[in-house]
Amino acid sequence: MARAVTTNRKAANTALAWAVGLLIFFPILWTILTSFKTEAQAINDPPLFLFFDWTLENYSVVQERSNYMRFLWNSVIIAGGSTILGIIVAVPAAWSMAFVPSKRTKDILLWMLSTKMLPAVGVLYPIYLLFIELGLLDTRFGLTIVMMLINLPIIVWMLYTYFKEIPGEILEAARMDGATLKEEILYVLTPMAVPGIASTLLLNFILAWNEAFWTLNLTAAKAAPLTAFIASYSSPEGLFYAKLSAASTMAIAPILIMGWFSQKQLVRGLTFGAVK
Amino acid sequence: MATQSSRSAARIMMAPAVILLLGWMLVPLTMTLWFSFRKYLPLRGGDLGWVGFDNYVRFVSSSSFWPSVQTTLIIVGGVLVITVTFGVLLAMLLDQPMWGQGIVRILVIAPFFVMPTVSALVWKNIFMDPVNGLFAHLWKFFGATPVEWLSQASLQSIIMIVSWQWLPFATLILLTAIQSLDGEQLEASEMDGANIFQRFGYVILPHLARAITIVVLIQTIFLLAIFAEIFVTTGGAFGTKTLSYLIFQRVLESQNIGLGSAGGIYAVILANIVAIFLMRIVGKNLDA
Amino acid sequence: MGSITLKQVTKSFGEVDVIHPIDLEIEDGEFVVFVGPSGCGKSTLLRLIAGLEDVTSGTIEINGSDATNIPPAKRGLAMVFQSYALYPHMSVRKNIAFPLKMAKLDAAEIDRKVNEAAKVLNLSDYIDRRPGQLSGGQRQRVAIGRAIVREPDAFLFDEPLSNLDAALRGNMRLEISELHQTLATTMIYVTHDQVEAMTMADKIVVLRDGVIEQVGSPIELYKNPRNLFVAGFIGSPNMNFASGKIAEEMGAPTIGIRPEHINVSKSKGSWKGTVGVSEHLGSDTFLHIDVDGVGMLNVRADGEIDLNHGDTAWLTPDPDKIHKFDASGMAV
Repeated sequence: MARAVTTNRKAANTALAWAVGLLIFFPILWTILTSFKTEAQAINDPPLFLFFDWTLENYSVVQERSNYMRFLWNSVIIAGGSTILGIIVAVPAAWSMAFVPSKRTKDILLWMLSTKMLPAVGVLYPIYLLFIELGLLDTRFGLTIVMMLINLPIIVWMLYTYFKEIPGEILEAARMDGATLKEEILYVLTPMAVPGIASTLLLNFILAWNEAFWTLNLTAAKAAPLTAFIASYSSPEGLFYAKLSAASTMAIAPILIMGWFSQKQLVRGLTFGAVK
Repeated sequence: MATQSSRSAARIMMAPAVILLLGWMLVPLTMTLWFSFRKYLPLRGGDLGWVGFDNYVRFVSSSSFWPSVQTTLIIVGGVLVITVTFGVLLAMLLDQPMWGQGIVRILVIAPFFVMPTVSALVWKNIFMDPVNGLFAHLWKFFGATPVEWLSQASLQSIIMIVSWQWLPFATLILLTAIQSLDGEQLEASEMDGANIFQRFGYVILPHLARAITIVVLIQTIFLLAIFAEIFVTTGGAFGTKTLSYLIFQRVLESQNIGLGSAGGIYAVILANIVAIFLMRIVGKNLDA
Repeated sequence: MGSITLKQVTKSFGEVDVIHPIDLEIEDGEFVVFVGPSGCGKSTLLRLIAGLEDVTSGTIEINGSDATNIPPAKRGLAMVFQSYALYPHMSVRKNIAFPLKMAKLDAAEIDRKVNEAAKVLNLSDYIDRRPGQLSGGQRQRVAIGRAIVREPDAFLFDEPLSNLDAALRGNMRLEISELHQTLATTMIYVTHDQVEAMTMADKIVVLRDGVIEQVGSPIELYKNPRNLFVAGFIGSPNMNFASGKIAEEMGAPTIGIRPEHINVSKSKGSWKGTVGVSEHLGSDTFLHIDVDGVGMLNVRADGEIDLNHGDTAWLTPDPDKIHKFDASGMAV
């Protein structure tokens, strides 16, 4: 709207929006704050907002008692590994679909997306069985493969949309300039697609990090990532809110930061282009 | 652009992704299908032979079946209603001129990036615990008896937790859609004499209709498969057993593989029905 | 060196036949323009020659040898795209150097050639900038530079001036023509603008719906159009056509006469008419005159003429310049 908005109106919008935003964000904020309290103060009534004895003891306890770092490392490897593997498989596929489309391209793309809609419970037991047979149960490798497979449709899809935005004529110019297919992809396509590839990496790392079905059912002590580790807090003993908060904060902090950068990618990646 | 040499190269380049996904889809699905037609109890004898459609019948005639369908409908329906309604309102609010819009966006988006186990446990313990939770403190402040959320109001609790997680998704999608609305359309309708409610009803809402449909379809597919939130809060008790959770229990807890597999096939069929609608809309947008 | 021959070339996209069998000879050093309305297949034909599309049938020969199945990189041709297709992540220098890099020349050689091309095209001032920082005309020069540096057997231009504003277009037209004089290399140029075609070409190929309507020099097409379509397409403003009684009198179903071949007078002439819209360009005036028994004619008159809306005018067509067309549209 090109008309000048009254300052009053803007102030009202701001107040309302901030109120709603803070309300929605409150659980996260509270968790972060609680992570710095003692267990006793964590359950204090009335609840203590800012004025309590700030302490870092929870963070060290969580690490000592349960070797938090190992779970963190598992999450990193599984999320990172699956995303990178996915990109390696997806780049050629997305290239061919974007630049050499055939009559079946659209159908293949839709089919790939539909595999993401497969309910995990429907294939839980066979995968479980296969994993036992192949010795993949409770291994980071096994979980990485699964994460790659469930995110592959989204990775292919996102790369496809980014590649389509590269003007075809530029690639043709490269061809006229004497570039072989490999040279075309290496010197022209990839540099131009780097922002798109980075965005895809980011979003899918987040999705793999947060996945909470396969990571809970296919892991035990060795390969459990953070999702499973946190789940173990569901029936603890004694006071634990502060420790839960500390563990949770550490688990979600990196992703919250990454998430901020990937808002646009979220829309692109998860609505499959149906919303622009 | 498309010459013979590039076409054959293209086919080779697509192969790994297609083969992997084909395998991922076909192999376990076929196995599930196979198991669904057999009586298979690994803890009590293993593969006990072909039973035809017996498992399918037993699954839907079991006493847990219809309650689980009901539970699923309530949870999915509840979350959809909450996220879409508030999503539209929130999206419209965020579209207004204000100060610090970027930060408000971050605040609103954040819950989506919290892993389900964390949000479930934080809500369960820090908010909903009837003794030490914040809600309990709040209720007591007003002199009321704290609610035992997860045992007395279990469905509402789950709906609350899941809605909190998915509201950002709906908001973000709807905000994107609102921002794509041509400002001139609204101006034209204003010149035509429409007041703010009419503009909403006749211009904004129809424009959002498509985005709302997308949000509903995508969320439905993911909501049908909710797992972690139930797993770490109620474990399926207090009437929070959704269809997916029921299947999970049959398979991994009671280890009745045949029965669970039949249930799994039902779930696949259900998801596919929703997916067909979604893919049709997505397909219309693709110009491959 | 840069001769190209098309023999019975066709192109279909699925069920749709876009190019019907075409035969064409392009001699070394010629400036050939493919011209025609949108969708006539001129760009497709260019891309077939470039190798960016495969022919459905027929052969393309370059310098006498069959190039039909040779990939674009190896045909020895260079193309300037409508959108210039510069590599956005590379500087002007790197853009121009790219084909040389693909040809595996050594660094010193590449530098020399790039600097040479930059000098010829006046690019040296911005040779280290990126395409995003350049104006339309500058980008176009870079695109041409990238093509020149390959020393191709022929240059292919795909509507290179369409994205420029009118003033710039005039300048670039001259520059490209001058380039042709200097390099003497074959150039194949695609455009929908018949003014560009007329001013730049040695030979014009008029295309419609995938078929060659006529091939000839600009003057040939102007003086002796083979059919109604070419007659109406070439020449600005368009030729006037009339059928009915006046055409019968002249002995053909349809006649045509160009605006510049009709004499206008306030007092005497063969045909009488009323002036409708008059367009004053300063040097010329174009009068749209409703002639009794003939129809609306566009007539070119001297800029000083004093005829306005509603006035009566007398027209005399030059009898030598009347074109006659038979019932199927072919020139008689």
